[in-house]
Amino acid sequence: MRRLVLGLPTLAGVIIVSFILTRLLPGDPAVYFAGAAPTAEAIAELRKTLLLDHSLWDQFAAYLVQLARGDLGRSLVTGQPVVKDLSLRFPATLELTGTALALALLVAVPLGVAGALRKGRAIDHICRIVSTMALSMPAFFTGLLLVFVFYYLLGLAPAPLGRVDPMAFPLAERTGFILLDAILAWDWSSFRDGLAHLVLPASALALAGIGPLTRVTRGAMLAVLTSDFIRAARSYDMSRWRLVYVYALRNAMLPVLTTGGFVFSFLISANVVVEKVFSWPGIGSYALEALVASDYAAVQGFVLAVATLYVLVNIAIDILYGIVDVRVRLAG
Amino acid sequence: MALTAALQDGFRRDPLTAVTAGFILAVCVLALIGPALTVYDPLATDPANALMPPTWLRPCGTDQVGRDICARIIYATRLDLFIAVSAVVIALAVGSVIGSLAGFFGGWVDRIAMWVTDTIMAFPLFLLAMGIVAALGSSVENIIYATAIVNVPFYARTVRAEINQRRDAGFVEAARVGGNGPFRILAFHLFPTTVPQLAVQMTLTMGWAMLNAAALSFIGLGIRPPTPEWGIMVAEGASFIITGEWWVALFPGLALVLVVLSLNLLGDGLRDMIDPRERR
Repeated sequence: MRRLVLGLPTLAGVIIVSFILTRLLPGDPAVYFAGAAPTAEAIAELRKTLLLDHSLWDQFAAYLVQLARGDLGRSLVTGQPVVKDLSLRFPATLELTGTALALALLVAVPLGVAGALRKGRAIDHICRIVSTMALSMPAFFTGLLLVFVFYYLLGLAPAPLGRVDPMAFPLAERTGFILLDAILAWDWSSFRDGLAHLVLPASALALAGIGPLTRVTRGAMLAVLTSDFIRAARSYDMSRWRLVYVYALRNAMLPVLTTGGFVFSFLISANVVVEKVFSWPGIGSYALEALVASDYAAVQGFVLAVATLYVLVNIAIDILYGIVDVRVRLAG
Repeated sequence: MALTAALQDGFRRDPLTAVTAGFILAVCVLALIGPALTVYDPLATDPANALMPPTWLRPCGTDQVGRDICARIIYATRLDLFIAVSAVVIALAVGSVIGSLAGFFGGWVDRIAMWVTDTIMAFPLFLLAMGIVAALGSSVENIIYATAIVNVPFYARTVRAEINQRRDAGFVEAARVGGNGPFRILAFHLFPTTVPQLAVQMTLTMGWAMLNAAALSFIGLGIRPPTPEWGIMVAEGASFIITGEWWVALFPGLALVLVVLSLNLLGDGLRDMIDPRERR
């Protein structure tokens, strides 16, 4: 609870910054949405509904009142409430980012542990090369390379045009997660189709997370392996497997957990470019479209939603840390 | 000087870092004199020779309007380096001032400074940069400002931690007794001790600044075509990937990856040399 309160000033900062940012967007949305041949009255009317003729303070106050009601405004492009647009597209982003995170952890944790155990040996060099390469590859470039190799050259992957085959029979939407929906509908061809579309963008995104995750795991594991309690455990002639995987790894996961927020920020940023490369209909490509159309409400809603999510992730990590680490829990 | 000696010794023990330092130097030289060396004009279109695959004469092929990709990559080097270097230098300057004041004076100065950096870091940084460029308008300066702003917290925090650690040290006390005012102590006695850490931080964030700027242009927010820039060139080549004209996107992307990779390797190497405690 105390941690939730600590997140509040940051959240206030986030609301202020996202408001300022979107008010600075170039172009007059009233002119933009009045259509091809705008009349002066139509523009004036639009300015009134958008509160553009009021002072910035009034606009901000109105915005706060809206926020308090859980209303993020209406997107000018789709004509839908922004909350609805975002929640409609959120599962696509979550499915992509979640799969990518799982993939990244599957590669990064074993690699980091192996690098730390065999410090200075071949596997450690591989660990260093992989993490440095992953940190140096922009996600949009890895995405394109994957498309070239697996779609154009090998023909194994479908065209990078969204989540499903446009010719396929549409799946009944229940959760918005294609894979989950397919399982619920007992529809294996849809499942295969969704998975085939997911593999490349998720791999491109996973690569963005592998860099930092591998480094942190290796560093944390090294620190734990040289600590007193491991030395003591060694002296008790404990089996190596038990020592490494039960005692050392569990303690090394703490620093990895604290960088979770950083990795999330990394992934969600890479997510925008990956969604663009693969025409993935998530909130990232939604925000890009909104930016181009200077769609205040949509951009604001997106920035606010992601930043809030980020603050919440950090709070959740703090709480988890407290649960895992007894020392923090006792210190309160 | 101790730093140069440490560098020389370090390069001898760590040849990979020496090689990457040499490569970065070569790229800088290319950025300066490259435009004088290219045979083709990076902006000259030649529809008759559009989308030509690489040959010996044109090692990177031509793009959709027949411009020489190799010439464009070389011209782009200057712009990409310029953006990354200026963004990092601005972030360094602003971050150092904020971090020094916060670390030295503490109290409400520290609280406000940390609130600002926490707020910036509460955004996924690339998205914040995206928002800033969209708000200020697409131009080279605005990409630089956006990249600088999202980098400021890292410098501010590094400097704050370093200064905070030493503000009650003996040499500071001695300087105070010697009649130095607080700002003088901060500028001439405390700040210089943070320089090695800052050098490492700079090399490590330079690569990230470059990726950030390239990604901004890739999504269409940065520099406008036809200006040659690696991110835009990859974006232009993106649509040809699925039809098999791989060279349009591959070569500028490779240039970007190579430079960022060497910057990251150099940053890691420098960190090991300057701060052996962190050697892993």
